[in-house]
Amino acid sequence: MPLELDISRLYYSQVNKIIRDYIEKGEREFIIRGVNGHRYLFAGVSAEVKVELYGTPGLDLGAFMRGPVIRVFGNVQDGAGNTMDEGKIIVHGMAGDVVGYAMRGGKIHIYGDVGYRVGIHMKAYMDKVPVIVIGGKAGDFLGEYMAGGIIILLGMNTLYPERPIAGLFLGTGMHGGAIYVRGKVKESYLGLGLKPYPLDGEDEKLLEKHLKEYCEDFGLDLSEIFKEDFIKIIPYTHRPYGKLYAY
Amino acid sequence: MATPQFASFFPDFYIERIWEKCIKCRRCVRECSYEAHIWDPKKKTLYEDHTKCVGCHRCEAMCPTKAIIIRRHPAEFREHALWTPWFIKNVYKQADQGGVLLTSTGCALPFKNYFDHLVLDACQVTNPPIDPLREPMELRTYIGPKPEALEIEEVDGKFRLKKKLPPMIKLEVPIMFAAMSYGAISLHVHQGLAKAARDLGTLYNTGEGGLHASLYEYGSNTIVQCASGRFGLHVDYLNAGVAIEIKIGQGAKPGIGGHLPGEKVTEEISKTRMIPVGSDAISPAPHHDIYSIEDLRGLIFALKEATEYKKLVFVKIAAVHNVAAIASGIVRAGADAVVIDGLKGGTGAAPTMFRDYIGIPIELAISAVDKRLREEGIRHRASIIASGGIRCSADVVKAIALGADAVYIGTAALIAVGCTMCQRCYTGKCPWGIATNNPELIKRLPPEVAYEKIYNLVKAWAHEIKEMLGAMGINSIESLKGNRDKLRAVGLTKEEMEILEVKHAGE
Repeated sequence: MPLELDISRLYYSQVNKIIRDYIEKGEREFIIRGVNGHRYLFAGVSAEVKVELYGTPGLDLGAFMRGPVIRVFGNVQDGAGNTMDEGKIIVHGMAGDVVGYAMRGGKIHIYGDVGYRVGIHMKAYMDKVPVIVIGGKAGDFLGEYMAGGIIILLGMNTLYPERPIAGLFLGTGMHGGAIYVRGKVKESYLGLGLKPYPLDGEDEKLLEKHLKEYCEDFGLDLSEIFKEDFIKIIPYTHRPYGKLYAY
Repeated sequence: MATPQFASFFPDFYIERIWEKCIKCRRCVRECSYEAHIWDPKKKTLYEDHTKCVGCHRCEAMCPTKAIIIRRHPAEFREHALWTPWFIKNVYKQADQGGVLLTSTGCALPFKNYFDHLVLDACQVTNPPIDPLREPMELRTYIGPKPEALEIEEVDGKFRLKKKLPPMIKLEVPIMFAAMSYGAISLHVHQGLAKAARDLGTLYNTGEGGLHASLYEYGSNTIVQCASGRFGLHVDYLNAGVAIEIKIGQGAKPGIGGHLPGEKVTEEISKTRMIPVGSDAISPAPHHDIYSIEDLRGLIFALKEATEYKKLVFVKIAAVHNVAAIASGIVRAGADAVVIDGLKGGTGAAPTMFRDYIGIPIELAISAVDKRLREEGIRHRASIIASGGIRCSADVVKAIALGADAVYIGTAALIAVGCTMCQRCYTGKCPWGIATNNPELIKRLPPEVAYEKIYNLVKAWAHEIKEMLGAMGINSIESLKGNRDKLRAVGLTKEEMEILEVKHAGE
């Protein structure tokens, strides 16, 4: 039986304290209602717990966390998954700016659109590879300075059909990882020196694996997603700024 | 025809070999990681490539017969007050390579050094000096927020505080070690700093390169850093130390991020930073989740929340024009300490223009920040930690008298372990084994040696500070904090004295 909490009358630090105490006591499943702009929920929590949040969490949901699987029935504000290490955030709605900043591992699945500066400076080492899947569209600077990890941008479940799928400066300064975009991106939207590439067999396997999980999370049809081709954006060098200096 | 490389025509240094003393042991060849000394196996002799010499003096120091002298290259350009060799050679370099000039350490220009225009007071006749050899002298300093006032109640005939004090960090000496990342400096130096910090009762700072597994045991003497690249930043790391420092800026390069050059990103560094081997470790100019004081508050409390309010959060900024207003915002955003890094603050790699021309001197910044926070009635809410150009214990005393709670030293600690200020940290080839991760080079500075030197330096400074305090007739560093009456200016303008809040000597 998951533990049910209504936090509508509580301050964020009280909520986190209560959650930590329950986790300490061995509680592993939570259903949390009345979420209304509470900041930092599950920030720094290092435990394998399953969480359902109802409402709109505030800044930095799951920042630095290691392990929790958080399903949000609502939108999320800025900074979701900030520097998160392991675990998963599933958002049945939209997300604000800087989702998954400097993310080190785990997954973030967003049903709809995301704001600016998403997936900046994601990292990876060996088999620890963070993944962000965005069902809608993204603002400027998606995947800037990316050093590792995977971003998949679908552009399907969007409130803004008139906008391009991704904003300007897509992948600027990336030196690791890969960004997959369903459909096409104007080259002028890409960061300096970047080019779109067609997928190879490995890419397709990887996409299928991650998108299958994404579809299961939201009850979507995978074949619908693959009705359109993807492109891949990868760094043109591991040292985009290596020639910047005179010695 | 190959394009001439003008910069290579005019080396900075000249390697002078005294042949009567040279025994051709080739030690110089082995010591020089820049390959300025070359052995010719056919002719069985040594020769030099002066263009490669960076002036680190390693060969000179290690030569068993003292047969080497490193001099400034004697070739001279025609004298010109404006176009000095420095500017001429920089233009050559950029014309050759088309890049941004890169350098290391802190500002190298002779801007007025305010520490050198401040003198300290001492007791004569009317009040006696205190001798630290016979009387207790306290350097203990508490970093962190202090209550506005102490409320005391009497319970069972005993007095006690009504409210619990906010968490603070106890330092036995007001000198901490500035952020220098594992990556920028070797693991051995980190180990030396950590152990010295523990034995001295102070803190060292990991910088933003994460924390090596061998250093977790020094947690209670550790400040971990959260910078824009967020390298090595995870829950264990955040919880490893006693404070988390959000690095917004650095005195050597205000307004830009950092690039740990790919040459220094080895397998081990790649692992802690989670970036590909050989790629530049890029720290963006801003934290992209902080575009305002409100956002800064967001991160401060995200970190506090993630560590259950057990850690203090410092915010480090470069001293820039509006430093006082910015510091006020930082304190109001909830920081427990504001770290101000001045114009002279060092670095492992910075564009030369930034190192030399951006930011303001730390002395003016300390005073301006201290004054502003006092005027706003929030000085007690955060400590001020000053850094950038602290070269001796008198600089520490002056910084504290101008309003700092404690200082960071970085360059001084590196000089203590053998740095000769050749200013080429960014190459990753440090022949003294300090600013490198080359497995062969780091052997030149074992952690025990680093520890001993750093420990000795701070121990000596601590004693000097006690002597200076005693001479002033005060027995605790607390009584010196912001006590500008203990300072007098020599050769400063009215405006400078107003900012520093000091009187001129003779007044």
